[in-house]
Amino acid sequence: MNKTTTDTNLKKLKKNAYRVSKVRGETASRVRCPGGEIDVDSLQRVVDIARKYGKGMVNITNRQGFEIPGIDLKDVEEVNKALQLIIENRNINQEEYNGGYPASGTRNVVACPGKQLCPFANYDTKKFAQEIDKAIFPNDHHVKIAFTGCSNDCAHTRLNDFGIIGMSEPQYNKDRCISCEQCVKYCKKRSVGALKVVNGKIERDVNKCVGCALCVNYCPTRAWTRSKEEYYRVVLLGRTGKKNPRMAEDFMRWADHDTVKKVICNVYAYLDEYLDREAVESKEHIGYIVDRTGFEEFLKYIMKDVTPNPKCEIQGRIYWGGKRYDQNNELRNSMWRFSEREDAVVLKQGE
Amino acid sequence: MGFVYKTEEFNKVLEVLEGNYRIFAPVLKVGEGRFRDTDVIRYDYISRIEDAELEERSDFSFKEILIPLSETMFYFTENEIKEADYDARPVIVLMRSCDIHAVKRLDQMYTGNGPNNDWFYERLRDRVKFALIGCGKACPNSFCVDMGSNKTDEYAFSIDVVDGKVYCDVKDDELFAAFEGAGGSKDNVEPRFVTEAEFKVTRPEEVPIELFKDPMWDEYTKRCVNCGRCNFVCPTCTCFTIQDVFYTDNGRVGERRRVNASCMVDGYTDVAGGLVMRKTNGERMRFKVLHKVYDFRKRFGYDMCVGCGRCDTVCPEYISFANCINKLNARVKEVTENV
Repeated sequence: MNKTTTDTNLKKLKKNAYRVSKVRGETASRVRCPGGEIDVDSLQRVVDIARKYGKGMVNITNRQGFEIPGIDLKDVEEVNKALQLIIENRNINQEEYNGGYPASGTRNVVACPGKQLCPFANYDTKKFAQEIDKAIFPNDHHVKIAFTGCSNDCAHTRLNDFGIIGMSEPQYNKDRCISCEQCVKYCKKRSVGALKVVNGKIERDVNKCVGCALCVNYCPTRAWTRSKEEYYRVVLLGRTGKKNPRMAEDFMRWADHDTVKKVICNVYAYLDEYLDREAVESKEHIGYIVDRTGFEEFLKYIMKDVTPNPKCEIQGRIYWGGKRYDQNNELRNSMWRFSEREDAVVLKQGE
Repeated sequence: MGFVYKTEEFNKVLEVLEGNYRIFAPVLKVGEGRFRDTDVIRYDYISRIEDAELEERSDFSFKEILIPLSETMFYFTENEIKEADYDARPVIVLMRSCDIHAVKRLDQMYTGNGPNNDWFYERLRDRVKFALIGCGKACPNSFCVDMGSNKTDEYAFSIDVVDGKVYCDVKDDELFAAFEGAGGSKDNVEPRFVTEAEFKVTRPEEVPIELFKDPMWDEYTKRCVNCGRCNFVCPTCTCFTIQDVFYTDNGRVGERRRVNASCMVDGYTDVAGGLVMRKTNGERMRFKVLHKVYDFRKRFGYDMCVGCGRCDTVCPEYISFANCINKLNARVKEVTENV
């Protein structure tokens, strides 16, 4: 059962986007697809690698990549050569030709289908994700970024350090409005209820409106249209994990493309400065660093040289929620444990 | 008499015409479609022929010039009313053959349906001339040929833009000078018409009363989302509803508006006392379809639908009106043969 294993620098292996397997002598190649987009030639190459070097199986990762398990450590160089086609087709920043993927402390940039496909999307999520990928990769710092087309947040941006949520500002042409009230109905049932009818025309509560543009989708007369400008809501420092999982909180709304891009790119200088050098594998969620330095210091760094567009509104101070497991691991209402309920036996029997 | 122009020459024609008329034409509105980065073609005023979208059929029809989506009729105070002002300048509307046929339907409903003509319609209608946009190809989902609306000779002048040249056949003597003075060469010009549409439809001659409650409509109760888009894009839908609006600051001053209405949208058949005459979308579909290809004919001798195909193209649930007519025809055959 035990294979003979050669002298392997695992630190280097990980920085080459391979996962160390629990099976000794084996590894898994991690194929990063920025924006969750892959062409058929690259996909075929994933299949070919899995067939030739792996076990004929491929894992689809949570962050829109592929992971090819069961690769023998001695085949890593050959696999890297085979990955070259994908790296070129996917336009990945590379350090060494035929050297495979550079490390990703920074995780794959995730995107929902976006405006190329989805009727509800307010911008091209994949294009923006790939633009950011070009700007920040490769990078050792542990940063998670996700792009989603509308407030539905199908890309789960609220579990990321930076979540970018698409917005359009609804434009109202009252001369085309016949007050069929479909916008009001759909806004109420599927969004936040920011619209109401006043004297046969629609009033939009501009503070309540989240810019999802459902009203535009459901307007049958083109009274509602999308703003030419694409806007973004930026949410910050959501995370999963052992200590304090939490949702990202609102930082900006109605931000424009340049503002968003600069803010994201600025985070790396902050991490260079404040990352705990003693952190295990030099990896720390940004949020825990912000807990140490204070939000003001973080804000100073990410807003450096940023001139937000005039419409952009920015939150000056943010408080996050989530449970602190390092302080309390109790179930919230432990006195009402299911097993102690009088009707527990009955419920268990499904009666 | 026909003329052939270069684009710049034809724009001179428009320039002269604009001295007396506003030019209302289909225009591509970039980014104003339902979804991000989708467009819509709807009518607006133009000054240059390049600003008109003449290749693709407009998503919304010309009818907004005659029956605006939302129109203030008059203002009222305690004891007085005042008719709303309107733009009285004459208009030339560029439209396809099917739409020119649709004008006849609008006229029928507003000025040929009972003892009183519609005063608001007439004051707009009297100031409008129609110019024909020739059809180089059949529009998506169209069935104009089977509805007999693919050809017309009722136009002031025609426009066919082919290979950068503008071909015009001018019939209206009042406009002739504008065309003659703009350069361009005289020629015999025939506007283009399509002779084969995308779809073929067969309408039933008679629809027996049993079809009223036929299960064929149940399908539409499930599929249709009663958004009313089919009505709003239809060049022959004429329904409106009235809004009396009291200005909130005062409460005794206000205005009366009329806005387009849709027989598919909730509220259309609500009556005093809370009764709703057609609750299900299948019933609404039945009403609409039979009105377009049967009931109107019973009253006026010809069918209302002109087969432009806009309702098929716009439907968010991919319901095909053309297919529904054919289904209706097949169902009528089944029912009558089994009697």
